[in-house]
Amino acid sequence: MHINLNEISKYYGNLKANDAVSLVIQQGKILGVLGENGAGKSTLMKILSGLIKKDHGDILVNGSKVIIESPKDAIQFGIGMLHQEPRDFPSMAIKENLVVGLANYNREVQPKFESLERLNDNLGFKLDFSGDVSQFTVGERQELELMRLLWLGVEVLILDEPTTGISGGQKDQLFSALRKLASDGKTILFVSHKLDEIQSLCDQAAVMRKGKLVDIIDSPFDQNNLVELMFGRNLSRIPPSRSISSSLCISVENMEIEDFRLNIRDINLDLKKGEVIGLAGMAGSGQRQFLQALAGLIQPVNGSINLEDERINGKNCFFFQQQGIHYVPTSRLEEGLLPGMTLEEHYCLARNNDRFFIQKKTNLKHSREKINTFRIKGNENSRVEELSGGNQQRLLLSLLKEPAKLLLLDDPTRGLDIESANWIWTIMRDRCQSNTAIIFSSSDLEELLFYSDRIMVFFGGTVTKPIAASGLTEDRLGAMIGGKEFAYIEA
Amino acid sequence: MLTLKHEKLINTGFRIAGIILAVGFAALALILAKANPFVAFGNILKGAFSTDKKIADSFVIWIPLIITTCGLAITFTVGLWNIGIEGQITLGAIFTTGIIRLLQDSGVSPTLVIVAAIFAGIVGGMIWALIAGLLKFFGGVSEIFAGLGLNFIATALTIYLIFGPWKRPGVASMSGTVPFDEIFRLPNIPGLRLSPWSLALAVTSVIIVFILLKHTTIGLRMKAVGKNPKAARLMGISSSKYMLLAFLLCGLFAGLAGALQVTAVYYRLIPSISSGYGFMGLLVAMLVNYQVLWAIPVAYLFAALNIGGIQLPIEMHLDSTLSGVIQSSLVLFYLIMDGVRKKMVSKIGEGTHE
Repeated sequence: MHINLNEISKYYGNLKANDAVSLVIQQGKILGVLGENGAGKSTLMKILSGLIKKDHGDILVNGSKVIIESPKDAIQFGIGMLHQEPRDFPSMAIKENLVVGLANYNREVQPKFESLERLNDNLGFKLDFSGDVSQFTVGERQELELMRLLWLGVEVLILDEPTTGISGGQKDQLFSALRKLASDGKTILFVSHKLDEIQSLCDQAAVMRKGKLVDIIDSPFDQNNLVELMFGRNLSRIPPSRSISSSLCISVENMEIEDFRLNIRDINLDLKKGEVIGLAGMAGSGQRQFLQALAGLIQPVNGSINLEDERINGKNCFFFQQQGIHYVPTSRLEEGLLPGMTLEEHYCLARNNDRFFIQKKTNLKHSREKINTFRIKGNENSRVEELSGGNQQRLLLSLLKEPAKLLLLDDPTRGLDIESANWIWTIMRDRCQSNTAIIFSSSDLEELLFYSDRIMVFFGGTVTKPIAASGLTEDRLGAMIGGKEFAYIEA
Repeated sequence: MLTLKHEKLINTGFRIAGIILAVGFAALALILAKANPFVAFGNILKGAFSTDKKIADSFVIWIPLIITTCGLAITFTVGLWNIGIEGQITLGAIFTTGIIRLLQDSGVSPTLVIVAAIFAGIVGGMIWALIAGLLKFFGGVSEIFAGLGLNFIATALTIYLIFGPWKRPGVASMSGTVPFDEIFRLPNIPGLRLSPWSLALAVTSVIIVFILLKHTTIGLRMKAVGKNPKAARLMGISSSKYMLLAFLLCGLFAGLAGALQVTAVYYRLIPSISSGYGFMGLLVAMLVNYQVLWAIPVAYLFAALNIGGIQLPIEMHLDSTLSGVIQSSLVLFYLIMDGVRKKMVSKIGEGTHE
C-alpha cells in the first residue's frame, strides 16, 4: 500500500503550518519525517491520520483519492497513528482498552486475542495482557498501542516522536520491531527531531522546515547535511563553562522515597554551589520523585535534606521556595503553567508581590523585558496555550525567581529541538555562574554527559553515588541505565 | 490564528444566538400550553415594567440575586462549585433574626440593632461557608456534596426555629416568626417596597467584587488556583488557603443577602427565606461567565422575569413558573452555544502548536 500526499496545505490565520507539501510514501519502507519544533511535521501527520482537516490538497491511497475526516476513517484506510503521549485509559483493563474502539464490538463474542499474542511474540514484546494499563510504563503503553493498531489491521503506521519518555532498552526494542514490520511490508512514518534516530532507523528521510518539505534523501544520511536541511545552517551543542564552587549548597543523607510502586533507599548527595547534577535512568525509575522530594512537594520517608546545616525536610514546598529551591515540571501546560491566562498575568503572579492592588505599569514593563530577554515568540497578552512547546519552556524558565539556590528541572529539554535546547542550557549555565546549583533529569544520554558535572543513575530501586561525568561514555552510561555494570559504579 | 478581537465578536454572536434560541424554546413551550407566545411575552413585559412599583419590585429581587452572584463569582473564579450558597443565605437570615429578637426589647438604639443584625448575618453566612470549606480540605468531602448537605440542615434549622423556640405566640405557622416592629426594619423609598440601603449595599458589593477580581493580587491568585492548582503551588500560591478565603468571602455576601431579606423584605424569618436566589445566582454566574459587571443586567432580567411572570396566571391562566422555564432555558441554551463556540474555536485553532 502506498500513499501520495498532493500539495497538502494547512493554514492557521497567517501561519502556514503546511505549505503545499507533496510526498510519496512507499510500501515497506521506514520514512523519517525530520524537522525542528514547529516545522509542520505533526500537522502533516495529523492530517493524514484524520485528526486535523486539511485546507487544500489530496490524499491518494494506492492511487485513488480518499477523504479522511476522522481517525476512524484513517483506520479504515489502514492508516494509524501512535501519538507522543499514550492515548489509552489507564484505569481500564488492557483487554478493555483493546476492544473499546472496535466498531462492531459485542460483549457476547470474545474478540480474537490469539493473534495479539502472536504479534507480541513476533515483535519481541513481552507484554502481559492481564490486568490494568496503569501497571505499564510509558514504553509498554506505547507497545500496547502499537499492537492495538496492528491488530485493527493498520498497514501504514505513523509514530510521532515515539522515543520521548522511554528508556534506551525500550527504544532498541521498538526499533527492531519497526524494522521487522517494514520487512513484512508495513509502511512506517517515523516523526522525530533526533538525528541519530533517523540515521539508525530510516530508509528515507523527508526534512521539513517552516511548513515546507525541504528535501527527501535516501539512507545513508550525512549528519551535517541533515542539520543544514533542518535549520538552514549548521548547529551543534555549545560547550558549557564550568564554575563549581567549593562550598556546599544542599546535602542529602540516607534519604528514602516511597511511592505506590517505587521504593528507593540510601540516596546520598553533597551538592556544591554552581554544580550541575544529571539524573539518568529509565523513565519512571524515581528521578521525578527525587526531584519532587528535594522541592518539598513529596515527603521522604526517611533521611534528611540539609540546607546550610538546617534540616529542612518535613517543611512544606512554600518554605523550600522561600529558600530559593524551585522545581520545573516536565509537562508544562498540565503542571507548570496556567492555561487560559496571559503571559503578563503569569509574570505578575511569579513576582509574588504582596501589594494589595496589581501594579499594571510596572508589571507590563517587567513582562516585556522578560519576553525580550528570553526571546519568547508571543506578547504579554498571549495566552500560554497559544505558545509552542519551546516557547512554553522558555516562559517557564523565565518565571523562575532570581537568585535561586537550587533549580530542579524535570527533563527540561523534552520535545525541544537542538537550537531551543542549546539556548535553554546557555541560560541555565549562566545561572550556575551565580552559584545556582542545578539537578536535572533527562532521557538523552548525550545531554546528560554534556551538561552534567556529576551523574546519578537510577535503576531498579537503587541510586548510584554521583559519578563524575568526565569519566563516563555514552556506552557505559547506557549500560548502567540498563542495570549492567552496577557493581562498577558502586565501587 | 484568531485575534482577540475576532474572538470577542464570535463570543458575542454566540451569546445572542443563545438568547434567541432560548426565547424560541420558551415560545414553543407556550404554544404547547395553548397560549399565544406574543401575548404572553407582552404580559411578562407589562408585568415587569408597566409601573414604577413593578420596576421597584424587580429591584427587590435583583438585590439578593446580585449579591449572591457576587459571592459566587469569587468561588467560581477559584474553581469551586459553591452549591451550599442557599444554606449560607439561610444562615445569614437566621443569625440576623436572632440578633434582632435578642435586642429588640433591650433598649439598644434600633439603628445599632439593625447594623449588628446585618453583621451577625454576614458572620452566619461565613460560618456556613467555612464548614463546607473545612469539610473539603480536612474531610475530603467535595464542596458540592458538603454544600448540598448543609443546605438541608439549614432548611431544617429554619423550620425548627419557626415551629420551636421562635414560634408565634399561640400557634406556630408556615408564615414565619412574629414580624419585627417598624423601627427594626430598613426604611423603604416612600411608596415603594424598595429600600435604598439594600440597593446601596448591592451596588457596593458589585464594585468590591469587580475590583477584587480584576485589580488585586488576591483576585489574580484566585484565578490562578482556579485555572491550575498544581502550577499555582509551584508559583508559591497555596490553593487551600485561597479556596478557603473564597469560601469565606462568598459566605460573606450570601450572609449579607440573607440579612437583607430579613431586615428589608420580610421583616421576619420565613421557611423559604432564601427564595431560591442562591441557585438562581448560580445560573446568573454561569450565564455571565463569572464577569460581575455583566451580572448587573442579567440579574435584572432574571428578576424582571420573576416579577413579570406573576402576570401570567392573572391574565392568561397560565402557571407563573413559565418565567422559570425562560430563565432555565436561557442558561441551558447559553451553555450549549458556548460549548459549540468552544468546539468551533478549538477546531480553528487546533494543532497550531506541535
